[in-house]
Amino acid sequence: MGISRRNFLIRSAALAGAAVVGSITKVRAGQTPDSRGEGYGVLIDTTFCNGCRKCEWACNEWNKNPNQPIKAYENKSVFETYRRTHAHTFTVVNRFINPLNAEPVYVKKQCMHCQDPACVSACFVEAFTKTGRGAVIYNPDVCVGCRYCMIACPFDIPAYEYHEPVSPGVTKCTLCYDRIRRDGGLPACVEVCPTETLRFGPRKELIAVAHERIRNNLKKYVDYVYGEHEVGGTSWLYLSAVPFEEIGLRQDLGTRPIPDTGKGFMFMVKVLEIVAAWPLVFAAFHAIARLRKKNADTRVSADDKNAEEHDRKS
Amino acid sequence: MQKNMTEKADSSSWVRKKIFMGMTFREYLKSCVTLTNGIAALILIVSVPVMIYRLVYGLGPSTNLSDTNPWGIWIGIDVLSGIALAAGGLVIGTAYYLFGMKEYHHFVRPAILTSLLGYLFAVLGLLFDLGRYYRLPYPMVVSFGLSSIMFLIAWHFALYIMVLFVEWSPALWEWLNMRKARQWFSRMAVWATVFGVIIAGGHQSALGALFLIAPGKLHPLWYSELLPLYFLISAIIAGLSIVIFESALTRRIFTEKVEHFDSGRFDRLTISLGKASSAALFTYFFLKLLGLAHAHTWPLLSTPYGFWFLFEMLACVLLPAFLFAYGVRYRNAKVTRWTALLAITGIVLNRVNTSIIAFNWNAPERYYPLWSEVVITVGIITMAVIAFRWIVNRMAILHEHPDYESSH
Ligand code: SF4
Ligand code: SF4
Repeated sequence: MGISRRNFLIRSAALAGAAVVGSITKVRAGQTPDSRGEGYGVLIDTTFCNGCRKCEWACNEWNKNPNQPIKAYENKSVFETYRRTHAHTFTVVNRFINPLNAEPVYVKKQCMHCQDPACVSACFVEAFTKTGRGAVIYNPDVCVGCRYCMIACPFDIPAYEYHEPVSPGVTKCTLCYDRIRRDGGLPACVEVCPTETLRFGPRKELIAVAHERIRNNLKKYVDYVYGEHEVGGTSWLYLSAVPFEEIGLRQDLGTRPIPDTGKGFMFMVKVLEIVAAWPLVFAAFHAIARLRKKNADTRVSADDKNAEEHDRKS
Repeated sequence: MQKNMTEKADSSSWVRKKIFMGMTFREYLKSCVTLTNGIAALILIVSVPVMIYRLVYGLGPSTNLSDTNPWGIWIGIDVLSGIALAAGGLVIGTAYYLFGMKEYHHFVRPAILTSLLGYLFAVLGLLFDLGRYYRLPYPMVVSFGLSSIMFLIAWHFALYIMVLFVEWSPALWEWLNMRKARQWFSRMAVWATVFGVIIAGGHQSALGALFLIAPGKLHPLWYSELLPLYFLISAIIAGLSIVIFESALTRRIFTEKVEHFDSGRFDRLTISLGKASSAALFTYFFLKLLGLAHAHTWPLLSTPYGFWFLFEMLACVLLPAFLFAYGVRYRNAKVTRWTALLAITGIVLNRVNTSIIAFNWNAPERYYPLWSEVVITVGIITMAVIAFRWIVNRMAILHEHPDYESSH
């Protein structure tokens, strides 16, 4: 009887432990070894952008999103309201006004392809992957549609196919992974851009280029490369002549990768579940012992007599 | 032929005894015609078609959710508040099974049944929210996002529902008259409780930790590194309050089920639950202050969001903390009961604030639930209440089963 009880104890503890240990090994998940490499990226020099929105057209074209003839994109009235990405719009260009000279500033917006992406660490079925090339891609085959990735993204990028009744998915810019995975491939927006606003290349090189441009023209640029450090760095990098807050790029996001915010907690849960398991298991052990004693002392019900019998036999 | 007939008679009398509570089908139907049942039926007649509409036509036409506000009341109320309020089983189960507080004997079964139903119906609510609801088991069997706090929650939910089932099931076996199963599951209950305490603490706090990932989006008065601790403590408060409130309510509604009811003793126990709630509320309040001091967010208190935050803290935390203390000091069970209701409201408000009102507070676009979202939420709550009543009317939840009385 004693042995079977101890066995039970051990087995229960092992069960509790197993549930916990399973994930302790992956506390540092969210970054594949690949993602630690710098990968490729795009440098956006907002000082060159003329708001032609050809990038929007090319993006829709390549991704088979609903599109209009390229002519229609010359229409400037869309700039009257600030736009964000939506289910079938992976990139948008917004217009801001330069407070110094009242000139328009055009800023393209799309997934930033973070180096340590919030969306990757949020997803509970690993629908997102940070590829070695730098692109963060999404796999609709496992997505459950919880939309936690949308809660997590600091740039408000992932959008949802709310009007897709049975198989809705999350959508966002893919950095044209299907094009750049081949050497020499360029994202559709970069290829179409008629000015020198967009430049594709290894992220490290782009950062060097960005700093060089600032150095060569200190009067023109704000001395900061947006995306170099934001939330641990992003694959898309921005140069601007106007303070970044003025053109819709938040500067209060900090340099800490978003996935780090939950890591301490995840680790603590594991530790507590392992540490707390023991006192509780002993408490239970005593609770049972006390119950048994009480049953033995007082009137033993027929039920428990049977049970004792059964225990003695085993 | 003869045998067949008796078998048939046997089984119909089983149905009559167990399902129709000893009445014939006709009598049973007649007994169902009551005002409350009428209201419940009306709610279901409206909400079930809306539920089906949601499942067939998707989230777009049936909700006000958007790309900026991806979570609405199904998460804020059905899941977050529902799970906090389902902590009653955890609180009472621990007190009873682990700390040996045998005087709470009569509270255990109703509390555990409430928790079990709370979790099951929270998962039902979640189902409507999930874009691809038919993939609910994916994180369990298909693909593991081990770095996700949501993953931790999914697993903990699944395991905890099993724990609650084990804890609750003796009532089921008694009803089905399966002695062996009852005996086995009763023995498992202590172990289930141990396991349950460990994982319930984990997932109650994990629900708060879900929002750690959005430092730039949740209003700084609500965002804190202490979010997991806040959620855990407030879940304990919710658990205690729901036990106080619900035990009073069920004892009133199901009077005929409660035998040898000693109201003096019941009031004493209610008050001591109030005492624990008061202590927990004060702790929670001071931890919140600590959070403010730590994050230097004092100046934000004089903004509109600050006033809303103060309302939550003063009316829904500090006030019930004092009222519970008053109830203890003057041995007033009635005050304790009403205070429990206030505390429950406060916790629901906190969950709605965290997930909806203070979330994406910077965004120009606000979220208000569409009527159909509200209808589905009301429908789910109604279903939970019906399930509770159905079980309480048939199984030994509020009283002891005559055949098993001495073996507790
Ligand atoms: S910008 Fe948002 S969606 Fe894009 S990689 Fe970063 S976290 Fe993910
Ligand atoms: S919505 Fe899909 S991709 Fe986003 S976190 Fe949920 S399961 Fe992952």
